[in-house]
Amino acid sequence: MIFLSGFAPFQPTPGLALWSLVIFLLFWWLMSKYAFKPMMDGLKKREDNIASALGEAEKAREEMAKLKAENESILAEAREERAKILREAKETRDKIVTEAKEKAKEEASRIVTTAKVEIENEKQAAMVTVKNQVGNMATEIAEKILKKQLAGKEDHESFVNTLVKEIQLN
Amino acid sequence: MKLKFSLAIFLSILTLLGFSQDQHDHDHKHGEDHHHHNHTHVSDDGDHNHGHHDGDHHKNDFHTDCGASADVIEHHGYDPAATAIHHISDANVFTIMDMVRIPLPAIIYNRERGIEVFSTGKFDAGHHDNGHYGYKDYVLYEGNIHRIVCDGFASMDKYEVQGFDTAKKKNADGKSVENKYAIIDGKGYLLEQKTIWDGGLLGGGITGFMDFSPTKNVVSMIIVCLFLFWLFTKAAKAYRTRDGQAPSGVQSFLEPVFQFIRDDVAVPFLGDKHEKFLPLLMTIFFFILGLNLWGQIPFLGSVNVTGSLTVTAVMAILVFLITNFKGNKDYWKHILWPPDTPWFVKIILIPVEILGLFIKPLTLMLRLAGNISAGHIAILSFVGLIFIFGKAGESMPGSLTGTALAIPLTMFMMAIELIVAFVQAFVFTILTASYIGAATEEHHH
Repeated sequence: MIFLSGFAPFQPTPGLALWSLVIFLLFWWLMSKYAFKPMMDGLKKREDNIASALGEAEKAREEMAKLKAENESILAEAREERAKILREAKETRDKIVTEAKEKAKEEASRIVTTAKVEIENEKQAAMVTVKNQVGNMATEIAEKILKKQLAGKEDHESFVNTLVKEIQLN
Repeated sequence: MKLKFSLAIFLSILTLLGFSQDQHDHDHKHGEDHHHHNHTHVSDDGDHNHGHHDGDHHKNDFHTDCGASADVIEHHGYDPAATAIHHISDANVFTIMDMVRIPLPAIIYNRERGIEVFSTGKFDAGHHDNGHYGYKDYVLYEGNIHRIVCDGFASMDKYEVQGFDTAKKKNADGKSVENKYAIIDGKGYLLEQKTIWDGGLLGGGITGFMDFSPTKNVVSMIIVCLFLFWLFTKAAKAYRTRDGQAPSGVQSFLEPVFQFIRDDVAVPFLGDKHEKFLPLLMTIFFFILGLNLWGQIPFLGSVNVTGSLTVTAVMAILVFLITNFKGNKDYWKHILWPPDTPWFVKIILIPVEILGLFIKPLTLMLRLAGNISAGHIAILSFVGLIFIFGKAGESMPGSLTGTALAIPLTMFMMAIELIVAFVQAFVFTILTASYIGAATEEHHH
């Protein structure tokens, strides 16, 4: 220790010891009470806040993901529904069209058939009328011929022609 | 970066100027004292040893401790070690750049007269912090209050002190000691220093008075603690007023350091118990760091609080007491009867563990004081190069060479010291945390 003899900074003095003890203890007490405790509490509070905020954010994110998935499924369902509706509509339309077509065809064929029958009937009726008329005319002509004695051939012919002209085909 | 660099150079040069001023003043004052003394001395002293007036190389012999006639001797030359130690020692005056001397209160416990309170302004400290005047039997020598121990000394309220000198003497035990003398009215009077609790190991011992004055170190401690208290309460307040907001200002400056001590010092060593000891660790860290940095400020007189063994000893003893009072059963069991060790190992281990109890605070105390004092001495020695090369102010080219050398070396040392300021504060804190952690650890066998 001789080499440190007279080295004042290393000489322990009661005055400095007492002062530094008192100052250090006071400093410790004051700093603990008015600085470090509030800082510790403040930091802890903030850290807790951050932790809970992070937790909440995580929860919100999960919620969002869930919502998104839900939306997605709803959307998919809706899309499917739409497709189904469309498909059904198409089917219905096709059915209606087909049915209509068939009905129309049927109606048309029925009309045609009816028309044919009617035409036939009309034709028959007309033929009856024509037959009757022709018969009547022939009878008339014959009656007239019979009534008039015709002299020559030319008389015959002109007479017939007159008769023919008289016939009013109605 | 450039600005910082320029600032560093500027500060270094200013520091050097401060010391040059110191040295210049020294020569001037001593010359004056010498002259003054010769004038009065020759006329009224017949009982004087021959050869005293032959030149500057004579020495006072102080053949008796009280009242031997003596000259005020001008000391030429420059003693780097003595200068460095003087600058880093505690003092009863606060000297800034050897120009501003702030007197501090003196509180002396005198064995015969009890407590005495006065201002060190009564000494009118001059160069080297030596007092020009004495008060009662007290004089100021090298910044510290000393007492004249001569029985016949007429104790006056104010008297002129011409100078101081030392002489090697043999004490009652036959040991060689360096006695200090105050020279008053041409006569030398033996001085005693304040009581130093070193058991005579470091050149101190119990003397007739104890100095309880708020010295340079004490005033520094008070200033630094008040500043830190102001700074921290300001930051702490922000946690209330700016609740829920991002930290700003002082708060954002202190918070990372606070969190660093908490997360990298307290939590790893103390675990769940860290909240209980965190205020102590924070106090230790910022007390040491604040005082380390305060001592780094140029011109403030190289205040060396954390380099004083007394201060570090007080902190180390506190840490020792806290560690051992908080120590649990396991801690004491591991020291006094280590489990799972054979008997022959126990014989070695138990004394080592018990020694370790005391070595731990001892190393805490010495490491901090040694590091900070060493840094201050290194800086002062580099500055001292100016006077060594300049032959104490006689050689201008030498001074310039010394200055050119001293600037980069001092800058380098100051940078190192800045790191050391943080490192030593950190080391003291982390070791405290580890000692307390080891003492309070729960062992699960």
